[in-house]
Amino acid sequence: MKSFDYVRAGSLAEAVAAASAPGAAYLAGGTNLVDLMKGGLTRPDRLVDLTRLPGLDRIETLPDGATRIGALVRNGALTRDAGFAGRYPAVVEALLSGASAQLRNAATTAGNVLQRTRCGYFYDPASACNKRSPGAGCEARGGITRTHAVLGWSEHCIATHPSDFCVPLAALDAVVEIEGPTGRREVPFDVFHLLPGDTPERETALRAGEVVTAIRLPPEAAGFAGHSRYLKVRERTSYAFAVVSAAVGLRLEGGTIADGRIALGSVALRPWRAREAEALLAGRAPSPEVFAEAARAALAGATPSGDNAFKIELARRIVVRALTLAAAGTPGRMPALPASPFATSPTAGASHHA
Amino acid sequence: MPERQRHGSSIGLPLTRRDGPDKVTGAARYSADIRPDGLVHAVMATSTIAKGRVTHLDLAAAEAHPGVIAVMTPDNAPPLAKSPDEKDNPFAFRLNLLQDHTVRYAGQPIAVVVATTLEAATEGAALLSPGYESEAPTIGLGEGGIFTPDSVGAGSPTSDGTGDMEAGLAAADARVTATYETAGQYHNPLEPHCSVAEWDGDRLTLHTPSQALWIAKARLAGFFGIPPENIRVVCHYLGGGFGSKGFLSPPQILGIMAAKLTGRPVKLVTRREQMFGPVGHRSPTRQTLTLGATRDGALTALGHHTLSQTSAYDDFFEASGLVARHLYASPAISTTHEGSRADIGTPIFMRAPGEASGSVAVESALDELALALDIDPLDLRLKNYAEVEPITGRPFSSKALRACYAQGAERFGWDRRPRAPRAMRDTDGLLVGWGMGTATYPAGMMQGEARATIRADGTALIETAAQDMGQGAWTVLAQIAADGLGLSLDRVTLRIGDSDLPNGGLAGGSTGTATSGTAVHAAAQAVIAQLADLATTDPASPLYGAGNAGVTASEGRLARRDDPARSERFGDILARAGKPSVAAKGQGAGEPASRKTYAMHAHGAVYAEVKVDPDLGQVRVTRLVGAFAAGRIVNPRLVRSQYEGGMIWGLSLALHEHAAHDRRSGRIVNANLADYHVPVSADLPSIETILVEEHDPHVNPLGIKGVGELGITGTAGAIANAVWHATGVRVREIPITLDKLLT
Repeated sequence: MKSFDYVRAGSLAEAVAAASAPGAAYLAGGTNLVDLMKGGLTRPDRLVDLTRLPGLDRIETLPDGATRIGALVRNGALTRDAGFAGRYPAVVEALLSGASAQLRNAATTAGNVLQRTRCGYFYDPASACNKRSPGAGCEARGGITRTHAVLGWSEHCIATHPSDFCVPLAALDAVVEIEGPTGRREVPFDVFHLLPGDTPERETALRAGEVVTAIRLPPEAAGFAGHSRYLKVRERTSYAFAVVSAAVGLRLEGGTIADGRIALGSVALRPWRAREAEALLAGRAPSPEVFAEAARAALAGATPSGDNAFKIELARRIVVRALTLAAAGTPGRMPALPASPFATSPTAGASHHA
Repeated sequence: MPERQRHGSSIGLPLTRRDGPDKVTGAARYSADIRPDGLVHAVMATSTIAKGRVTHLDLAAAEAHPGVIAVMTPDNAPPLAKSPDEKDNPFAFRLNLLQDHTVRYAGQPIAVVVATTLEAATEGAALLSPGYESEAPTIGLGEGGIFTPDSVGAGSPTSDGTGDMEAGLAAADARVTATYETAGQYHNPLEPHCSVAEWDGDRLTLHTPSQALWIAKARLAGFFGIPPENIRVVCHYLGGGFGSKGFLSPPQILGIMAAKLTGRPVKLVTRREQMFGPVGHRSPTRQTLTLGATRDGALTALGHHTLSQTSAYDDFFEASGLVARHLYASPAISTTHEGSRADIGTPIFMRAPGEASGSVAVESALDELALALDIDPLDLRLKNYAEVEPITGRPFSSKALRACYAQGAERFGWDRRPRAPRAMRDTDGLLVGWGMGTATYPAGMMQGEARATIRADGTALIETAAQDMGQGAWTVLAQIAADGLGLSLDRVTLRIGDSDLPNGGLAGGSTGTATSGTAVHAAAQAVIAQLADLATTDPASPLYGAGNAGVTASEGRLARRDDPARSERFGDILARAGKPSVAAKGQGAGEPASRKTYAMHAHGAVYAEVKVDPDLGQVRVTRLVGAFAAGRIVNPRLVRSQYEGGMIWGLSLALHEHAAHDRRSGRIVNANLADYHVPVSADLPSIETILVEEHDPHVNPLGIKGVGELGITGTAGAIANAVWHATGVRVREIPITLDKLLT
């Protein structure tokens, strides 16, 4: 592997300064970056290790009721925070449906948000990829495209963002807190990840040297706790990226939906917030027809980027199922197989003849 | 619960692995754990094109990288005494060992970088930045032209059959013709292929994972032009082979060449992504089944035609048609194979080579016939139960398949299965389906040899270059030896995994225990006979005059058969004879006459329950029950483990494994374990194995049939049939993925 400098930052300012050199990359859990380095896909000259920075590993409740998740909070630690799980069950369900316990214990909040696509062509250094090498072309187009994007893709890139965690964060109007050479700023979560357009090498709103310091969930995000689910369809029961996933939350008032949230995962290069579909839910009573209407709206702009038309119909069905499950209420206990269609109720497993 | 250890009857005890403590504590040293003094590291650079030639390598950049010692390319690779393309036997597979700049497949080694550290060698390989002259590759099955190979699998005839297919189909009340496809599968044992090679003049010591140490030694002797006795291949522990380590692969030999080039001990370990190409795989197949049957379900015709794929430069054809030659009775059977070539690495044996891919098609087609006839799938199989081997008419040496069907069905609850599909749901509304399939695999034997030594202290040493690749040879060979010697297990030392020991045959083809176990048993008997000879001819022995046939060995003593009170300890016999030890060899091989007379196969029945989400198509196998009969079971615990591993791989074949080639580049897009899926524990919450009693007086003296490959057969078909039963959708393109079930 290429030799690189290793800088252990003692303060945020030190980190930002160290990372302003060309070829620098931030290192946190390393579960994605180190893999990419081993494959020769990322060849940084300098790693700036953030893991010793003080104060970024806290889960805080702010005076206005918002929750701030420090950038270095490990995914596993977040799932074990009972207070957090009570307020944001879909976020925890999403986290628990991803990777493995070992990986979750290493991976960090910001690292999860900043993870790179799993597109096989991005991962193959011999394939042309506009993300890795702007202007080189997209070899995924016309290739093996079963799991590629159906929303928001361009001829320059048809990859998807693979995170589970990000999907409920997008649905719940999370905010990304950033620090960098020009100071602090915030970016709404659902525009933090950039769609490819003709610059797929630009993946997030982060500018050079900037670092994510926290993810903040606004006070109203906890209002969905009672009717909130993450549902993830995958090619095996555990330890697989989503083919398609959905995070939904409903705030019910007197039998009608006061506010509904829908975001889709693994359909686009960003966690896909379906605001038009949400608008259809508002003020309506939950019903199969309403949910189907919302699902159609959520995928209204979808087109296959290859041999993946099935993902569009699958995504519609997941939206309907997730809304149905959410309307029934967040389970009192986390299912044994979080986010899986095989563990929707505590009685899962019993079978009978129809 | 501690296992009992009974003197004189180790065989049959469910002992835990004797090598288990070493493995869980890390004391067991696998090949890549060996570190000779002065060890340096080698990393392969592999081709990113599938066809053409390498025109440029940036040697200067690689050589200038700190730590790099040498870059081995076709221009400086040590010459070989024999071309790796020379095929003096069908199993001398052609290997790409840097003999020229030609590229035959993506992932082919094109250079090796040697450095003082693994990191430096890795970077050196990356810096080579190869240039190519590239041609458009042929990748798809059947695209490069279709032909009829001379033989398939391990030398099986390309076509075989009996009776008149046309007449059989004409006589049928129901006919099913269906084409099934199976995907390319790539071996991915936990331990990748690797070698630690050390030359001392013209003597080579090689630590490498090998399922066949003597075969490896012979091939290396040819390549390096030295006598086989100059080569020592050592492999005490092997982290999974599954056929890919039966014969040496290019990475293993390139490490030896790099050691020769640099004059240093060299370690070369294949990277995970490099497992997808140079070390073999199972070919994708397209199989057409043509079945005819009378109204009551009796087959009148069974046709099985297979198209598989080999490389552009060598021959190995997945023999999917073998199942139909051995399993079901039909007056007309036709099994044929065709091949095509592609710019890929040569496929090779993978667990149940032929039978695994063939079984899923045969068992699926039988269920399609059962549907057409409205017959229960188990009844259909019983109706066509083969009392003799279908094509040859030979009797089976033993066949407890009926008991397998019955015991498996009872345990599973098969009699409660509704005939119609989509008839069962669970409390969550998930579709539930039940399916079954028949397992079958030949009970073959190779040739092996073992040496048994009884020492004056009353302990024994058993030596054979057999291989434990996880199946349990360390344990079961000791069990067989203990019984043959009349010693408790703790008095028996076993040495295996070293080519300086007598040839132990091949840990493959489900022949390992049958072959080396028979050799161990024979060696034990031979050394006891020598000991008996010493005692019965010595007037000072209480056994004097008993004659060889008149003594038995038990608890470390020889005793008169007719008067067990007259006995003598092994050590006393040797001491009086003034011998420190006595040794003898024994052979293990199939007995030609009985193998000609009898058909020898192991069998089983696998029952599967799946649940399928009716809207989302996601599938989960919630229950597998396998009932298997394979002669004498030396160690039930380890045999269950083998069956379960096989069944899990059957699940993997049915639902998961699929190497996705990009047809433009010829590269495999999912050449990593994140994207190339195998099952995880959550994919199979319940698996049960029933060991069905079977006595086989013909297969070998101990009555042992192999168990390594049986479990994968039957299972994939059972799962495919259960998915149909759950959904009403018959997926003929394996693996069955959720997109194929969205209706």
